[in-house]
Amino acid sequence: MKKHLVLTFIFFAACVMASAAQQAPAQQNASAQQQQNAPQGNAANGRKLFVSFGCYQCHGYEAQGGSAGARLAPRPIPYAQLLKYVRHPTGEMPPFTEKVVKDSELTDIYAFLRAQPPAPDVDKIPLLKQ
Amino acid sequence: MAKNGSVDRRNFLKSAAVTGAAIVGSAAASEAQNAPPAPAAAAPGTAPIAPRETDPSLEADIVTTDRPGGDFMVDVLKSLNLEYVAANPGSSFRGIHESIINYGGNSAPEFITCCHEESSVAIAHAYSKVEGKPMAVLVHGTVGLQHASMAMYNAYCDRVPIIVMAGNTLDATMRRPGVEWNHSVQDAAAMVRDFTKWDDLPWSLPHFAESAVRAYKISMTPPMMPVMLVLDGGLQEDPISDEVKGRLRIPKLTLTTPPQGDAGAVAEAARLLVNAQNPVIIADRLARTPAGMAHLIELAEVLQAPVIDQGGRMNFPSHHALNLSNGGRALLGNADVILGLELADFWGTVDSFRDSLIRSSRPITKPGTKLISITAGDLYMKSNYQDFQRYPEVDIAMAADAEATLPALIEAVKRAMTGDKKTAFEARGKRYSEQHGNALDRTRSDAAVAWDASPVSTARLTAELYNVIRNEDWALVSASGNTSNWEKRLWKFDKHYQWLGGSGGAGVGYGAPAAVGGALANKKHGRISVAIQGDGDFMYAPGVWWTAAHHKLPLLAVMHNNRAYHQEVMHVQRMGNRHNRGITRAHIGTTLEDPFINYAQIVKGMGVYSEGPISNPNDLGPALARALAVVKKGEPALVDVVTQPR
Ligand code: HEC
Repeated sequence: MKKHLVLTFIFFAACVMASAAQQAPAQQNASAQQQQNAPQGNAANGRKLFVSFGCYQCHGYEAQGGSAGARLAPRPIPYAQLLKYVRHPTGEMPPFTEKVVKDSELTDIYAFLRAQPPAPDVDKIPLLKQ
Repeated sequence: MAKNGSVDRRNFLKSAAVTGAAIVGSAAASEAQNAPPAPAAAAPGTAPIAPRETDPSLEADIVTTDRPGGDFMVDVLKSLNLEYVAANPGSSFRGIHESIINYGGNSAPEFITCCHEESSVAIAHAYSKVEGKPMAVLVHGTVGLQHASMAMYNAYCDRVPIIVMAGNTLDATMRRPGVEWNHSVQDAAAMVRDFTKWDDLPWSLPHFAESAVRAYKISMTPPMMPVMLVLDGGLQEDPISDEVKGRLRIPKLTLTTPPQGDAGAVAEAARLLVNAQNPVIIADRLARTPAGMAHLIELAEVLQAPVIDQGGRMNFPSHHALNLSNGGRALLGNADVILGLELADFWGTVDSFRDSLIRSSRPITKPGTKLISITAGDLYMKSNYQDFQRYPEVDIAMAADAEATLPALIEAVKRAMTGDKKTAFEARGKRYSEQHGNALDRTRSDAAVAWDASPVSTARLTAELYNVIRNEDWALVSASGNTSNWEKRLWKFDKHYQWLGGSGGAGVGYGAPAAVGGALANKKHGRISVAIQGDGDFMYAPGVWWTAAHHKLPLLAVMHNNRAYHQEVMHVQRMGNRHNRGITRAHIGTTLEDPFINYAQIVKGMGVYSEGPISNPNDLGPALARALAVVKKGEPALVDVVTQPR
């Protein structure tokens, strides 16, 4: 294990989390129309790919986000934007080129993200009111 | 070994042997007596050849002592009020071990039995942060110290005082054949000298007393760090001679006053802060004592400036309206003055770094932002290990203890303030208070995403844990494995002991023993210690849970069991992506699967109450409540939860 890398990574992750959190409201607001304009994909296969391609590592199995990656669902960013970002990330995310992930596979991943249910109403979760 | 009349093992045995020989007239003794006298003057370079020395190995009549050197060592440790000594037993310190438990009554210091030296040191590390004073550790000077070394490095990086004592057998002719030779070393401290502040090899008991008091004082002088004493076996085990008895005294301990920032620099810093539009205060290893947090609250409120708590210590209440720790880059990008208090990495705080094929960095701050640093780190630095991070280009650098400097800085800020500033500051404070509230709302709605997920989300894990402890006097003594910082964002931290900071050197394996050390310190205060335990961290030295059970420590731990060294999964994934291949194989060598590890079963085997593995989030609350009931009876408990990665 490269223990010495841990600290650095955590720091960047913290920065990313902070900036991702700040950007999230604007970015997550893809309209329903924009989301529907995405090519149709297979959500069940998308969920599998989300794990096998390692997206879950930073974004969580439910794409909920965390200190290592932005929240991607529910209500993902428009498909075109996702495609662009995955190929040419500008922050800490590593790039996924066409050589390793096909556009059609990203279509399935997008279908999975779109299919994620909305979060429960925070006011109905007493543990989050403390 | 000890000279000038102090009875070292060799001389003691020799004289005993001679006495014995006179009485019993053993064969070896008479043989030595009958040997022909050495020539009066040997030729230069040719030492007289005496018959092969038998070493003082003759059977002596005197076979016991009721005042070994170790007893005096215990007197010294007691004078320093060292509450505990953590150790995995080792023969090179059997002398002082026996003195501690018998002569010292196994109280102050009390022996804490550990299953690994890395655990001993990390236990002391966390204890020291709770109590604000060092705890002692005993190790073998060789193999034990080798085990202990990584944990000592963590404590060094974390600027924490620990007194490590290592046994050794210096006199080669007095070593037992075999193992004792393997466990002896010329310069025991050499291997950790790069990351200890001071060490010594006391030559006599009076020397030990002076060096122990000095070691305590040096370790407690900011920047605080581990120190080390090497204890010769003979010095511990042999009788205290009459001559030495007359010289035994324990010097007075007077702790160094922590260094305050220069008055001129303090005034200049105050002027910059008062005149700034958007000052930001960042604290890392600031609060050494409860006073640190009180001072920081006062400074922030006087200035109505936002605080980013980097979490090296419990610096600032998590729910204070000026706490904008998650404001991150935006706050720093807008700042015109940044005050850094004991930052481990000022450069990394104000610069971003991209870990890409071509590594790059750029400032987060805008040009002209004034940077003020107050850190005792500038007072003491070593070369070999690179924990000092990149060189920060600051405008004011006070080589001083930040906690000790804050009162003067607060006074200087108050003096520099005018009435109109006060109104402007209040308006600024209102803005930040709103931001703080909005951030909290956003945190809560973010926490709701994946609330019912299985594996359990880290937000749910921390919220469920908080729910059972929030009405107790609790302390989060350790959090390993990265839970996306939910606890800091959701829980109300407002007492200095509720958070201790991390490992310091990011040496994994700190989390589990630190939880035990924190619980050890908190026990007498009646606090419930809680820990969020990473699975990878747990596996380095799980035996520490036996220590928790044996010493009946009230510790409630939840396993953040993401079944991986997850940080490394991401690192390997990054390499696969960068090299355009194998992006589905990052789990190889990084995950803890096939078979999964049953942590509940592991600790159960060590006498610890446990539940799990829990995958259904709805099972978590009731399990935690049952575990807490056990902890409230004064015992440890562990709940294993299968979790989301971060
Ligand atoms: C090693 C960590 C990591 C992995 C693996 C990863 N990401 Fe990311 N991702 C991030 C981070 C961090 C961000 C936030 C922006 C940044 O710093 O790049 C991000 C951002 C994104 C964004 C932009 C979100 C927004 O709101 O703008 C998308 C889309 C995305 N990731 C999709 C994916 C997909 C799909 C995969 C798998 C094929 C994946 N990511 C794998 C770390 C990762």
